Amino acid sequence: MCAASSFYSATGASQSLELQADVLVLGGGLSGTWAAIAAARAGARVVLADKGWCGASGVTATAGPGHWWVAPEERRAAIDKRLASAQGLADPHWMARILDCTWRTLPTLTGYYDFPRNEQGVPQYRGLRGPEYMRGMRRLAEDSGVRILDQSPAMELLRNADGRLAGARGWQRQARRDWQVRAPAVVVATGGCGFLSRLLGSQTNTGDGHLMAVEAGAELSGMEFSSYYCIAPLDSTMTRSMVYTFGSYFDAAGRRLEIVPGPNFTNALARALLQGPVYCRLERVPETLRAHLPYVQPNLLLPFARRGIDPYRDKFPVTLHAEGTIRGVGGLRVVDAHCQTGVPGLFAAGDAASREFVTGAMSGGGAVNAAWALSSGQWAGQGAARYARGISFARNRGLLLGLGGIGMPRQPGERTPDTRSLVRRIQEEMHPYDKNLFRTASQLTRSLAVLENVWDHLRHAPQGHGGDPLRVRETAALAAVARWCYGAAQERRETRGLHQRTDAPTQRAEFDLHLRSGGLDRPWVRRDGLPAIAWPGFENRSHHA
Amino acid sequence: MIELIFKDRCSSCGSCVRICPSNALGLDTDGKPLIRDQAACQTCFMCELYCTADALYVDPDCEHPVALNAQEIRESGLLGQYRRDSGWDEWAADPRYANQHWRMDAIFALGYSLLAPAAPRTTGETDEKR
Repeated sequence: MCAASSFYSATGASQSLELQADVLVLGGGLSGTWAAIAAARAGARVVLADKGWCGASGVTATAGPGHWWVAPEERRAAIDKRLASAQGLADPHWMARILDCTWRTLPTLTGYYDFPRNEQGVPQYRGLRGPEYMRGMRRLAEDSGVRILDQSPAMELLRNADGRLAGARGWQRQARRDWQVRAPAVVVATGGCGFLSRLLGSQTNTGDGHLMAVEAGAELSGMEFSSYYCIAPLDSTMTRSMVYTFGSYFDAAGRRLEIVPGPNFTNALARALLQGPVYCRLERVPETLRAHLPYVQPNLLLPFARRGIDPYRDKFPVTLHAEGTIRGVGGLRVVDAHCQTGVPGLFAAGDAASREFVTGAMSGGGAVNAAWALSSGQWAGQGAARYARGISFARNRGLLLGLGGIGMPRQPGERTPDTRSLVRRIQEEMHPYDKNLFRTASQLTRSLAVLENVWDHLRHAPQGHGGDPLRVRETAALAAVARWCYGAAQERRETRGLHQRTDAPTQRAEFDLHLRSGGLDRPWVRRDGLPAIAWPGFENRSHHA
Repeated sequence: MIELIFKDRCSSCGSCVRICPSNALGLDTDGKPLIRDQAACQTCFMCELYCTADALYVDPDCEHPVALNAQEIRESGLLGQYRRDSGWDEWAADPRYANQHWRMDAIFALGYSLLAPAAPRTTGETDEKR
């Protein structure tokens, strides 16, 4: 632990940026911007720090979510349908909350997003195109008085002399100086973790917020649900999956494969990819639709246009990119309606938080996850603003203690671990379909041994930063999240939702429970029974088992 | 990954450097962008979208650097394609490039209906949607 005043000053960097705020938001994607805006509307002074550029960073800006958007009279049916797929681990009251919040919120973006009208002239609120959505969110945040720090990754959370959360500090990678924000309330909105797969827009999502929050005492939940994959043309990042509902799939010999869009699509494609290359042709896209596609998803066809491929006529090789917890489920456990973690003043939102409340054991896909990001962001922002109001100004002074441990740069200089090879070793355990999608106890044990070795390597590595303070810390976060994912996956000796154990292929009543996890040098997993939930026709079993 | 910067087209506005989510670009001594760390590029095409001068070209290969003929790319019509199809800036008022993203639900429904007559009805919770 080093004193706050001398973070990276030895790098010769210019003087550090020091700010005070009521609420600090880490991450400027969908949930982070909503958190910042909600906190500012509640009267808080808000600083938002994004690793990249708020507006272009993250998995929303590069894609386009269709929110879970259901009219009040249809909500009961929509909730009951999702409850069935959640396999006992969700809470219908939270589902109702995000449906209500999403329904009320999206129309308020008028003026910041140009909602198109359909042929009948009705504004279309459900689906927003990513770049325009996040451009609008940035503008709304600025208009709400949020101070945005771009290219400013957070490195660690801070405590004051009373032991209370007191903000965070990090690195401005373009200005090349430290930043520090004193704030009694912090919202972690740093996204999920896909282990630097080629999932579109996910390279900033390395689990930094998970690591920082656990270092501060938070715990995680549902980390075993971390095996979502998404199709893309081989060697491309274009994980826009809509058009693949029209795909036909072939092996290298040109034989048609039984890969059918629907619930078994990912498994079937992954099994085929384990056998050899798989090719796709989008021959079933109707002619009339082909003319519209570039204006529905303007980036969808870029890889084809730039390779001279006609995807409707030519076969092209495809792959599956790992999403980890991004469209998985697991993340920081929130313990109240304001998305506060177990650490007073520390809130979590969006993909950084566990989404079990609204998705249970199954992925929420883009739709439920977007509704969750929008809603949890606002609740966290409001909760953080309210929390900060109770903190006296006097507490906003005095010495600060950095909570960052593993992977923190401690000295200037070139002596750093070889992050490239360490990242590759983590990816070799977290990306392969036969390790993460189709799981077995023996493979999980082998993978955890490798990940433990990576962790040890990072613990004992030289603590220079080679001119880039972020890289080693990101690698540590990737290793931490990987160990939490597989630790929980090892403990859940059954198959449920996203979590598939080929050595335990059925759901078992004894695992009607949540798995919490945490720990750094000694990761742990704890079983928590399900709470009693009153909802007509719904029964989650373990509380009366 | 980012492959080409057409400095003669560049207006030196600095947007691409500022907005790059993975900080792959830097500025040269003339105030024009340079590829600082190609391996950091996440092939998200956002720099092209924010370049009103259409002076950048991102190759779709996210795994390997590729050798490109800059003259061919310049004449290919691909520069600025993403920004135009997105209806940004000077294309905003052009009805040909109006945002049709709202059609996604109907497209998913159509895809499934072509597969099987009893297709799942879209109720806004299609899992794959993004």
